[in-house]
Amino acid sequence: MDFVCNFPAFSIVLSMMGAIVSSALKGKWAKHLNMVILFIVMLMSLCVLGYTLQTGEFFVYTMGKFPAPWGNEIRAGVLEGLMATFFCIIMILSLLGGRKHFYQDVEEDRRNLYFIMTDLLLGSLLAMVYTNDLFTAYVFVEINTIAACGLIMIIRNGRTIEAAIRYMIMSLLGSGLFLIGICILYDLTGHLLMSSLKESVANLVSQGEYVIPLTMTIALMSVGLAIKSALFPFHAWLPDAYGYSTISSAAMLSSLVSKGYIFLVIKIMYRVIGFDVFANSKIINILFVFGILGMIIGSVSAIKENDIMRMIAFSSVAQIGYIYMGFGLGSQAGMIASVFHIFSHAATKALLFVAAMGLRDASGGSKAFIDLTGAGRRHLWAGIGFTVGGLSMVGIPTFSGFVSKLLFSQAAIFSNHKMLIALIALAVSTILNAIYFMKTIIRIYSAPGEEIAAGTQKCKSDIRYILTIVSFLLLNVLLGMSSTVFYFLIEKGLIMFD
Amino acid sequence: MSKLRSQKDYEKTSAFRFWQWLSGEKDPYIGNMEMKEQEVFQESPIVVKEREIDHIKLHNKIYDIDHNKELKLFRIFYRISAVLLCGVIMAALIICVSYLPETGNPNNPTVNEVAERYVEKGTAETGVINTVTGMILNYRGFDTFGETCVLFIASSCVMILLMVSEEKLKTLPKNLEPKDDKILQYVARIIVPVLMIFGFYVIVNGHLSPGGGFSGGAIIGSGLILYSSAFGGEKIRKFFNENVYKCIKITALIFYGCVMTYYFYTGANGLTNIFPLGTPGNIVSAGMIFYINLFVGLEVACTVYSFYALFKRGGL
Repeated sequence: MDFVCNFPAFSIVLSMMGAIVSSALKGKWAKHLNMVILFIVMLMSLCVLGYTLQTGEFFVYTMGKFPAPWGNEIRAGVLEGLMATFFCIIMILSLLGGRKHFYQDVEEDRRNLYFIMTDLLLGSLLAMVYTNDLFTAYVFVEINTIAACGLIMIIRNGRTIEAAIRYMIMSLLGSGLFLIGICILYDLTGHLLMSSLKESVANLVSQGEYVIPLTMTIALMSVGLAIKSALFPFHAWLPDAYGYSTISSAAMLSSLVSKGYIFLVIKIMYRVIGFDVFANSKIINILFVFGILGMIIGSVSAIKENDIMRMIAFSSVAQIGYIYMGFGLGSQAGMIASVFHIFSHAATKALLFVAAMGLRDASGGSKAFIDLTGAGRRHLWAGIGFTVGGLSMVGIPTFSGFVSKLLFSQAAIFSNHKMLIALIALAVSTILNAIYFMKTIIRIYSAPGEEIAAGTQKCKSDIRYILTIVSFLLLNVLLGMSSTVFYFLIEKGLIMFD
Repeated sequence: MSKLRSQKDYEKTSAFRFWQWLSGEKDPYIGNMEMKEQEVFQESPIVVKEREIDHIKLHNKIYDIDHNKELKLFRIFYRISAVLLCGVIMAALIICVSYLPETGNPNNPTVNEVAERYVEKGTAETGVINTVTGMILNYRGFDTFGETCVLFIASSCVMILLMVSEEKLKTLPKNLEPKDDKILQYVARIIVPVLMIFGFYVIVNGHLSPGGGFSGGAIIGSGLILYSSAFGGEKIRKFFNENVYKCIKITALIFYGCVMTYYFYTGANGLTNIFPLGTPGNIVSAGMIFYINLFVGLEVACTVYSFYALFKRGGL
């Protein structure tokens, strides 16, 4: 076995050990350690990606002496390597972009705790990405949930604590449903390992046994993870959690935490239930309907919102709706579009949060729209970042959002019954997106009226902030311009899943 | 024939005193012991009324209950639909359960090669008598490492919420400390050593008998809590303060992580590891499981006590 095969396990253990060591360190050193770990993990994930591309096969790594199904095992393919690399990049950029506010928002003695949360968040995301065992997935889902709570309530005021409690209740409900699903599935098959589960499930389906419990399991697992990733009717916790926490947390929560769960859904679809079984079950229509409702209602709520942070948060609801709509199409093309949208949304939403923060700084810290007038002129880089993010979300060519919309509509055309609904929903949602993003972009570049007194001075951005914005822009353009590469990687990764 | 005792002699015996106490004629403690009646918790009715009015005002200001018909309707709708939804989910789950395989049937899918190997070869492969410990710490060691991290991150989260700065800790009012309760102290003096020894026993025997790091650690932690609530924080901080807590917790977790990493690395690459399995049944046997149980036990004990301390005064 090549040495590269150790890297997935090393990166998981490294980030968890980093968290443990951080609890003994002062905030500053914990921050440095966190950055070093993120870079090392990013390089390791890149190596894994390169290695799997080169060999053209996935590899399995036994965690310990005993092979699966007795022991634990993790599995790495192209898509896993790509996801892990991407998560690391987004996390580095989110932390860099929000650093200035982090120092303002978080007290000295709690800073190392924040980095414990980020390290463990990274570890759990990696484990969720690489896992080949449902119960391991559940354990790390738990870590992910608690870490996200910690990230929300690191600023301790009433708003964030209420948001964290809401998040915790909804999230634990989701975990509970997911766990019940795993229990029922275990009772039916006697396995927790994904590969063996898939065989047993295929057997059960072909013999027509246990139809009702099997449907129930699929429903419980997908609904549980949908709650956790804020699909439309379960999104009530989201705006507060994203809107009031510190900016790095908001960026990480929207672009990483919910995406981790969505990736787990994909993994379960392909590796546990089997894509054909999933596509033939009725659950997929439910996901489709709620995805479309989320696309529309999320955007409408975003238009009504008068607080820029909450507006971006509501936009997340709409974008997660897109992803679930892609699942609901039940075709390979739909899945590829969804996975691409995971990337493009993660890159864009984190950029929007960081840029919106810069706009707020240029307006005396106010979140209300009226005070943001002309903020783009006062804070150059924030304005550019927000404009690009907005354009990408709306779906202007050269940016990543365009490609995902294109892929979604292509997938919808090849779907038999859902074509019309999906296309109409895409069109309506694009228009709604355009309404609230263009409204904001026009406002931040128009001349401020005389009645606005708050923060009319120019705002200079530090080098770290510019670096973050530029990297996000490059990432966005890269996703938009060289989408064929990503398309190829995603397709290859999804084929490796079977 | 026994001699009949005179009344005077009888009054001196303990039996007489006991009978007297039982029938309520004389309480031996009255007059001999310092007693004080408990103060009744009193608030002037004005304060109570003001608070109630404030509460109602606040409520009305936020929700405007009297005029907001929509909210009223929504609340009714919300309650009904919540009950309905719960009912539907419960019914669905119960229906689903009734279709599951029968419990205890030997032909169930859960009785397969996985469970078979755990039961039949567990002792030979991992060196444990208690197969459950072998399963969670050796076969599925990665999951358990994750679970330990759940505890770690939970205690860090509670710290984010409740920890107060050190300067503030020093100026905390004294009334947070427990009263000098003689009965509790007497009982604690007897029970705490037993709890500690029992917890330690459960930890080190984790691979031989039911128990292990998690349960033993919880027992030790509850012993620490009992000690602290009987004798006060000052006494326990003499041997278990913030620094000791951090040292123990971090050392245990780092060692645990290192052992697990080493185990993953050697296991996956087909190398032999340095932990000898030993003779099953000995205290020091079962390879790394013995050490991991110790580490987990220390971590759990620290976490359990730190929850108590953080909720009590915001720091150890």
